[in-house]
Amino acid sequence: MTLKEIADVLEAKVLCGQDRLNEEHETAFASDLMSDVLTLGDYNPVILTGLCNMQTIRTCEMGNLDIIVLVRRKKATEEMIEEAEDEGMVVMESDFSMFKACGLLFKGGMQPIF
Amino acid sequence: MHLEYQVFEADFVNAGAASSAIKKTLKQLNVNPQIVKRVVVALYEAEVNAIAHAYGGMIYADIEADRIIVKVVDKGPGIPDIEWAMQEGNSTASPEVRNMGFGAGMGLPNIRKNVDRLDVQSTVGVGTTVEMEVHF
Repeated sequence: MTLKEIADVLEAKVLCGQDRLNEEHETAFASDLMSDVLTLGDYNPVILTGLCNMQTIRTCEMGNLDIIVLVRRKKATEEMIEEAEDEGMVVMESDFSMFKACGLLFKGGMQPIF
Repeated sequence: MHLEYQVFEADFVNAGAASSAIKKTLKQLNVNPQIVKRVVVALYEAEVNAIAHAYGGMIYADIEADRIIVKVVDKGPGIPDIEWAMQEGNSTASPEVRNMGFGAGMGLPNIRKNVDRLDVQSTVGVGTTVEMEVHF
């Protein structure tokens, strides 16, 4: 799916990285636990998380993960958006639950990485 | 090249700043991105540990032509049972640490998976030193 299609299907608001919405991505990973996010090796899946603080951005920075979907009506702070912009990340917010967001992306053709 | 960073107890706002700085340095030195990722994931877990579990400490990084050696030296309280702490799922993290997305008992195991050499020395009441080495 393109990032634009992902944003549309999740009815998500894109906070930064609007210039990357035509990128095509095949895999996603969902977790609220940042240590899990750090175990993904060389993959760069779309990250879905309900954890919404600076550690979300920092963890993704450390793991070379640069597409973040905040679910469950979580709202990013200005500081988070600034840091994400500096790192060239795409960050979006969806009001959907983690389960619904994952289900919609799976239905849309996104694959798990394991 | 020798780099030093201080980390402070419960300073979650800046957790990751040292790891981020070392990441940028390694990238500037054109180290293979996959190696950079291994170093940074291990270092970030160790940095979060020093902030979340210890009374702060120091991070020392020595970058040589073929390797990086990082030492995270905290000021205590020390780990009573290192073997227990190295097992996935074992954690003494506070609710605050868990709210930050950590504290699932994966820190030290994650570090071990990403480095070529890991040495954890700890004395209760004194502190813990985590030394790790990654070859380029």
